[in-house]
Amino acid sequence: MLAYLIRRLFAAAVMLVVIILVVFCIFFLVPKWAGVDIATSFVGKQADPAAVEAVRVKLGLGDPIFVQVWHFFKGIFAGRTYAAGGDVTHCAAPCFGYSFRSEQAVWPVLTDRFPVTLGLALGAAVLWLIFGVSAGVLSALKRGSLWDRSAMVVALSGVSLPIYFTGLLSLAIFSYGLGWIDGQYVPIGDSFTGWLGGMILPWVTLAFLYAAMYARITRATMLEILGEDYIRTARAKGLKEQVVIRKHAMRSTLTPILTMLGMDLGALIGGAILTETTFSLPGLGQAVLNGIKNQDLPIILGVTLITSLAVLIANLVVDVLYAVIDPRVRLA
Amino acid sequence: MSENAEDTVVTTPAKSEGATLTKDAAPGETLLKVTGLQKHFPIKKGLLQRQVGAVHAVDGIDFEVRSGETLGVVGESGCGKSTMGRLITRLLEPTAGTVEFEGKDITHLGVAGMRPLRRDVQMIFQDPYSSLNPRHTIGTIVGAPFRLQGVTPEGGIKNEVQRLLSVVGLNPEHYNRYPHEFSGGQRQRIGIARALALKPKLVVADEPVSALDVSIQAQVVNLLDDLQQELGLTYVIIAHDLSVVRHVSDRIAVMYLGKIVELADRESLYRAPMHPYTKALMSAVPIPDPRRKSAKSERILLKGDVPSPISPPSGCRFHTRCWKATEICKTTEPKLVELRPGQQVACHHPENFEDQAPQDTVLLTVAKEAAELVADEVLAESAETSAAVAAEVAENADSEVAESDSGADEEAGQESTDK
Amino acid sequence: MTELSKTGAAVGEPTSASPAPTAFLEVRDLKVHFPTDDGLVKSVDGLSFKLEKGKTLGIVGESGSGKSVTSLGIMGLHTAGQYGKRKAQISGEIWLDGTELLTSNPDDVRKLRGRQMSMIFQDPLSALHPYYTIGQQIVEAYRIHHNVDKKTAKRRAIEMLDRVGIPQPDKRVDSYAHEFSGGMRQRAMIAMSLVNNPELLIADEPTTALDVTVQAQILDLIRDLQKEFGSAVIIITHDLGVVAELADDILVMYGGRCVERGPAEKVFYEPRHPYTWGLLGSMPRLDREQQDRLIPVKGSPPSLINVPSGCAFNPRCPYADVPKDNLTRTVRPELTEVGSQHWAACHMTQEQRERIWTEEIAPKL
Repeated sequence: MLAYLIRRLFAAAVMLVVIILVVFCIFFLVPKWAGVDIATSFVGKQADPAAVEAVRVKLGLGDPIFVQVWHFFKGIFAGRTYAAGGDVTHCAAPCFGYSFRSEQAVWPVLTDRFPVTLGLALGAAVLWLIFGVSAGVLSALKRGSLWDRSAMVVALSGVSLPIYFTGLLSLAIFSYGLGWIDGQYVPIGDSFTGWLGGMILPWVTLAFLYAAMYARITRATMLEILGEDYIRTARAKGLKEQVVIRKHAMRSTLTPILTMLGMDLGALIGGAILTETTFSLPGLGQAVLNGIKNQDLPIILGVTLITSLAVLIANLVVDVLYAVIDPRVRLA
Repeated sequence: MSENAEDTVVTTPAKSEGATLTKDAAPGETLLKVTGLQKHFPIKKGLLQRQVGAVHAVDGIDFEVRSGETLGVVGESGCGKSTMGRLITRLLEPTAGTVEFEGKDITHLGVAGMRPLRRDVQMIFQDPYSSLNPRHTIGTIVGAPFRLQGVTPEGGIKNEVQRLLSVVGLNPEHYNRYPHEFSGGQRQRIGIARALALKPKLVVADEPVSALDVSIQAQVVNLLDDLQQELGLTYVIIAHDLSVVRHVSDRIAVMYLGKIVELADRESLYRAPMHPYTKALMSAVPIPDPRRKSAKSERILLKGDVPSPISPPSGCRFHTRCWKATEICKTTEPKLVELRPGQQVACHHPENFEDQAPQDTVLLTVAKEAAELVADEVLAESAETSAAVAAEVAENADSEVAESDSGADEEAGQESTDK
Repeated sequence: MTELSKTGAAVGEPTSASPAPTAFLEVRDLKVHFPTDDGLVKSVDGLSFKLEKGKTLGIVGESGSGKSVTSLGIMGLHTAGQYGKRKAQISGEIWLDGTELLTSNPDDVRKLRGRQMSMIFQDPLSALHPYYTIGQQIVEAYRIHHNVDKKTAKRRAIEMLDRVGIPQPDKRVDSYAHEFSGGMRQRAMIAMSLVNNPELLIADEPTTALDVTVQAQILDLIRDLQKEFGSAVIIITHDLGVVAELADDILVMYGGRCVERGPAEKVFYEPRHPYTWGLLGSMPRLDREQQDRLIPVKGSPPSLINVPSGCAFNPRCPYADVPKDNLTRTVRPELTEVGSQHWAACHMTQEQRERIWTEEIAPKL
C-alpha cells in the first residue's frame, strides 16, 4: 500500500513538471511562432518601440528559450526578479508573473479567488453526491416503478438544461421574485450565514446538473452489481436484503462514481465559468474569463496551472481511495 | 534422437483412411514440424515498463503433425496449450524455435508472407458466441475467407457458402440469418464452415466443444470426424477434456507448464501412460459408472495447484507435485525421449517402464507428502509393472539389436541399451 | 414477494390437504416461471422429488433444463432481492424438515438460508466478493446466524479453512479471492457454505470451472465432508461422471421437467428414458474401449417459451413414433414407476423400452 502511494506521488510530481512545461510552451512559445509579440500585447499597440523593448527585456522575452523556461520554473518554485535597467521588481515564490492589465501579481489574485471556487465546487459536490447517489440507488431498487421513471425524467432534464437557464430561473424565482435570498457573494470570513446565503443558489444549480448525471450512473451501476454472483452469494448466506445492498452492493457501486467525482471536482475547481458568471461569483472561472477578454496572458496561465494542479490532486486522492476500496488495485 | 526415429515412415502407424484428397503431402508425411518452440510473455512493471519477468507459456516443445492424422493436445489451464495453438497458426510470434509447414519455415513470416498460408492453416475457436461478428450474416461470415484471399470459387461465393453450410449440417437457406438466431452447437458449425471455406490442409481447433452441451458436443465431434474422412483434413485438437481428446485423436501430447511431458499414440497413452502426470490426469477423470464409486483408490490426487509459469520449478516441472520425485528430478530436466515406439516421455522415473534413473532412489520430502495421497495399491502396482516392463524391455532390446539392423528398430534398441 | 408466494401456494391447491412429508427435503410440483417480453419462460414446470439426510441427489441436465433454477428456487433466491416488476412466479411446495418454504414468511426463510440450507456456486471467483477478504466473508456468514464476537467467528473461519484443506489458514484468512487459485477459491466457498453446519447443501456445478485434477480434489472433499456432517447434498451438474462419483439418486431433467429419476445404478444400468440414453451415448468414455462414433442426440434443446406439446423431448426422440396415436406429440407423459424407486416419463411401454435399451442402445455404449 505504501509502495503504491509512493509510486503514485512520484508519478504525480513528474506529471506536474510536464504540465508546467507544456503550459509554458503554449503560452510563450506558440504566440511567438505565430508572429504575435507578447511585449506588444503587454504595452498596447500604440506604444513607442522603446517601451516595448523595455518590457521585452524586463520579461526576458529576448532570452534563449531554455533560459526563459528556467526562469519560469525558478519563478514558480523560488521566486524571480524582473530587471530592466534600474527598474527592478522582485516577485516572491510562487511567482506567476504580473497581470498585463492591472499589473498586480497573479498569485495573490489566484489565492483570493481560489476559496470561492473551492467552496462552490465542494459544496455542490456534497449536495449532488447525497441526492444523486441516493436517487440512483432508489431508482435501481424500484426499477420500472413510477418513482424510477419520474426520477429518470428529472435526471434527463437536469443533464440537458444548461446552467445559465436553470441558474437564471432560480435567481428569478428565489432572489428577484420571492426575495428569499439576497444572492450577493459574501466572503466566508466576513459572515458565515451571508456566505451560505450567497452560495446556496449556485450550489443547488450546479448540483442539479451533476446530481442528474450521478443518478443515472448510480442506477446503471447498481443494476449491474445487483446481477453479480457475489450478491447472490450474500443472499444465500441469509443476509438481510438491506445489508446486502448496504454492505455488498454499495461498495462496488461506489467505485465508478469515485472516478467520476475525482475528474468532475478537478475540472470544477479549474473554474465553473458558467456558474460563476451567472451568479457573479468572484472565483477563478470569472478571473479566467476576464483574462481571456483582456488578453491577459499571465492570469490565464496562472488559472490553467492551478486547474491542472487541482485535477492532479483530485486524481491522486481518487487513486488512493480506489486502492482502499478495491484490494485488486493495490497489486497493479 | 526421438525426432529421427519419428521421421522414419516405417514405424509410424499412418492413418490412411480419408487422407486421399490431400494434394501435396501424402498421408503420413510430416505436415507441420515444430522445434524448440518457445513463447514468453514479458511482464512489465513500473513507470518505465521495465521487464521484470516473463510468463513461460510455452517453453521449448518439439512435435510433428503428420498429414491426415489428428494430434490431440491435453493439459490443464495454464499449461500453454492454447498459446501453442496460436503459435503454430502464427497468430502469435514465437520467442524462439521454428515452425515448419510442408517443409517451409514459417516462424518469422510477416503478414504478407503468411497470406498464402492462411488458406492452408485454419483455426476453430472455443467460444462460438464471441468468435462470430453479430452484425454480419452467416453468408458474409462464411464467405469472408474468399474475400480476404481474393478467391472466387467455382459457381460464385454464394453457391460455395451454401454448399459449405450443408456440409456442416446447416440449412443453406439460412444464408441471410444472423449468428444470434442460432444455438451454440449451430454457431460452432458456422465456425467450422468458415474454417473449411478455403479447403485448408491443417485445422487447429482450440477447445472446439467445451462450451457446448453434452448432446451437442457429440454432434460436433462426429462432424469433425466425418469432415476429416471426407476432406482428408489434418487436425490439431486442443482440449482439456481427456475423454474427448481420446475419442478424436490418433496421437496425443500431454502438456504441463509449457512443456510436453508425454507424446504418444492414443492406444499406448491410455493403456499404459508413462509420465506420472499423465497417469494422475487420467485417473482424475470422473468415470460415469456408479459401480466404480467404491474403486476410488485408483485415483491419484495431486497435491496443491499447478505452480506459476512465471518461475517454473527447476528440473522436471512436475517434481513439486510428483510422488516419485527424487533429487535428479529437481536438478536435471528430463528430455522427451522415445522409450517405446510411438511413445515419447520426459521423465526420470516413468510409470509402466524401466526406471531411467535407477541409481537415484531417495524420494524428495514433497514426493513423500504427495505419495500419501496415492493409494498403496496404486504404488505397489506401478512398482510391479515397472519392474516387469524393465525386464521385458531389456530382453526385447537384446534380441532386437541382435536380429535387426534397419533404421528405427535399431535406434529404439540402442536407446534402451544406452540406458 | 410475499403475495406471490401466497398465490403460488394457492395454485397448487391440493397442498393443504396433502399429507405432511416424511422426507427431510420434499419438493412437490415445483414450478418456476419467468415473465419476459417474448412470453412466459417455464424454466421449471412441475418437479417433485424427495431427499433424506446423509444422501446425495444428483440433478443432471443440459443448459436450460431448469436444474439451476430449481436449486435457486429451493433456496428462495428467486424471490429474495427481486427488484422491478417482473418477478418469478413460483408455485408448488418445498418442505424442508417439516416446514413449507414457499408459504413461510420470507424472513423466516432467510434465517434458514446459510444455516439450515446453503449453496456452492459454479464460478467461485465471481461468487466471492472482490472487495472483502475470504475471512471477512466467512465471518459474516457465521455471525448472521450465531451471536458471537468477531474474534470467535474468525477462529471458526480459520478452523473451517483448515478443514477444507487450505494451507496456512491463519494467514490465508486475510487474503482476497483474487489472491487464491481456482481450486482454493472453491475450497473457501465450501468452507463458507459449511460454516454453520447446514443440513442441506446444494452444489451447483461445483467443479465445472475447475481443472480435472482440481475437480478430483474438490469432489473428494465434498464426499468426505458429507460423511462427516451427515447432511443432505444436491449436486447439480451436466457431467454424468461427476454424478456417478457422488450421487445416490439421480434426477434427469429436460425442458424444465424430470424425465427420469431413480437410484444411480438403475439410471446408469437400466435407464428407461430415451433422453437418458442420448446422454449416455453422447459421452466419450475413458473406462470403455474406444467407440468408433458417438451417438449424439439430434437437434437442439427446446425453447422454454414454446415447449413442444406432448413429451418435450419428442422432436429429438428417435422413438417418438413408437407409441400409437401420435401420443408423444399430444399428451405430456407422467412419471411412472418402472422399478423400485425408479420413475421415468415416457409413452413407450415398459417392454418396448426394455427391449430397445438392451438390444439397440446398451451394446453400442
